[in-house]
Amino acid sequence: MSARAVWKTYTSNKKGVVGLAILVFLAIIAIFAPYIAPYNPNAIDPNAILQPPSPKHIFGTNELGQDIFSLVIWGSRISLLVGFLATAVAMVVGTLVGIAAGYTGGLVDEALMRVTDFFLVVPAVVLAIVVAAVLSSSLLNVILIIGLLSWPSTARVVRSQTLVIKQLPFVEASKAAGASSFYIMRRHIFPNVMPLVYANTALTIANAIFTQAALVFLGVGDVRDISWGQILHFAYSSGAITAGYYWYAIPPGAMIVVAVLGFALTGYALDEVFNPKLKEGVVFAST
Amino acid sequence: MGRYVAKRAATSLITFVATVVLTFILFRLLPGDPITLLFRSPLLTPSEINALNAQFGLNKPLYVQFLIYIKNVFEGNWGISFYYRAPVSQVLFPAMLNSVILLLPSTILAVVIGVGLGILAGWKRNTMTDVGILSFSLVLYALPTFWLGILLIMLAIKTGIPVSGMVSIGVTFSNPWQYIINVLKHLFLPMITLTLVTLGQFSIIMRNTILNELTEDYALAAYSKGMSDRRLLIKHIVPNALLPTVTIIAISIGTVVAGAVLTETVFSWPGVGTLIYDSIARRDYPVLQGAFLIIALVVILSNFVADVIYAFLDPRVKYS
Repeated sequence: MSARAVWKTYTSNKKGVVGLAILVFLAIIAIFAPYIAPYNPNAIDPNAILQPPSPKHIFGTNELGQDIFSLVIWGSRISLLVGFLATAVAMVVGTLVGIAAGYTGGLVDEALMRVTDFFLVVPAVVLAIVVAAVLSSSLLNVILIIGLLSWPSTARVVRSQTLVIKQLPFVEASKAAGASSFYIMRRHIFPNVMPLVYANTALTIANAIFTQAALVFLGVGDVRDISWGQILHFAYSSGAITAGYYWYAIPPGAMIVVAVLGFALTGYALDEVFNPKLKEGVVFAST
Repeated sequence: MGRYVAKRAATSLITFVATVVLTFILFRLLPGDPITLLFRSPLLTPSEINALNAQFGLNKPLYVQFLIYIKNVFEGNWGISFYYRAPVSQVLFPAMLNSVILLLPSTILAVVIGVGLGILAGWKRNTMTDVGILSFSLVLYALPTFWLGILLIMLAIKTGIPVSGMVSIGVTFSNPWQYIINVLKHLFLPMITLTLVTLGQFSIIMRNTILNELTEDYALAAYSKGMSDRRLLIKHIVPNALLPTVTIIAISIGTVVAGAVLTETVFSWPGVGTLIYDSIARRDYPVLQGAFLIIALVVILSNFVADVIYAFLDPRVKYS
């Protein structure tokens, strides 16, 4: 499929358009945070503690007098950064494991798939909490932990696609012409599994943003880095929630929902574009 | 069938052993691992050092330590809690019971409501009802568990519905009924939270399975012969669609458990999730390790049971 054809199919997909619009919106917020945020997010104002929304502070202030709107804008950076970097780690590992398992087969496949099963079965959030709590939990560690826990679904998808592609005649031909296994994996299998990896990327980012927010909310990770989960962590631990300061808790959570929806919708749309099998068959209208 | 069950039991066991090995690496081999740190603590008396030595074999070669560890795990000897100064199993057991009190009704509610909504969406496919249910489910899926909990706390705070703990503190109950009603009141919000965040994925899966079934030739044949949509759905589509849904629901037990961990923390429900949260702050690594092992064990077991049930229900599964 040419890039133009992909774009055309994608933009005719309603979910895809909404998802993409959300992603553009988030990207603008994160990139231009210093220009959008009216205050320095770290600036403390003892005279403006826990103020409700007003023209001066449109989302109000927190228990330190920090402007919540500015915090939410700046928080998009860490939340998205962790989402993207953790997913990059997951994609690399998932693609390598998937291709190696699918192409090599036999014992290697069996061993790699057992490892994959393990990571699929054990709840990633729980494992991440435990790992991050034992290791020192810097931002880099959190990224690595989430990334190294998020690759199994990609590995599974890539493996099954590899099994299909390695049976195709052009791979046989390449092998007959004397190509090495490594060459075939790199030049023939890899480019053909990539579309599936793209579709998986968006969903993995959504999950990574989710996991990061959950970890920081529980106080695992560096609570000094401003992110949506971190704002909620302090909203909860400072007692602002039970005191009813709704403006403190609603904006950061709403941003997580918007971001997760944006990436999930994009992921579903990409899956429908690259995996049109989903649409085969007749679904007659309900009566 | 018997061979299939045996094979699945074997792979489940391998997965559990992998978990055990991973916990060993995590808690004992990584730099700055907690047990070694504890062992170097100057506060320990010689007798305590001897006891630690006997339990962990820290003065023995690494592979012996590993074997001792494996033996201890499978014998249910999961160490002593640093904080409670009691065996980890004694700390874990009541927490597990409390977690089940929260998990069981929430999962049942989520399955019933989720599958019901999924069937409704599939039946009314491509209508406003379908779009509405799908959007509702997607938003639920995108809701962070702890944030939904926070929102519900803020809504409930003025109504007098308890938002924290499992039972009112400092209240004496004249009869067991009052106690049970008090616990149920505390259960209300965490249960709603866990049900809502879980049911979205179930309804999406159910709807998609129904639409998939509808593309099958038998559905088209029944439709062309003039069978009503309602009869086709009730008699043929839903029973067939329920089959794969059963497995998918069982497989998602892992995500339900993860959701429960977060729900418990927000509402201070004294289950395994809250225990994990507290143990992180207390650096109580034996409890952390035990909680992780027990969660892994539960999830691996439920996956195994799901696969066996599915193979039993659907004779088309190849037992290879």
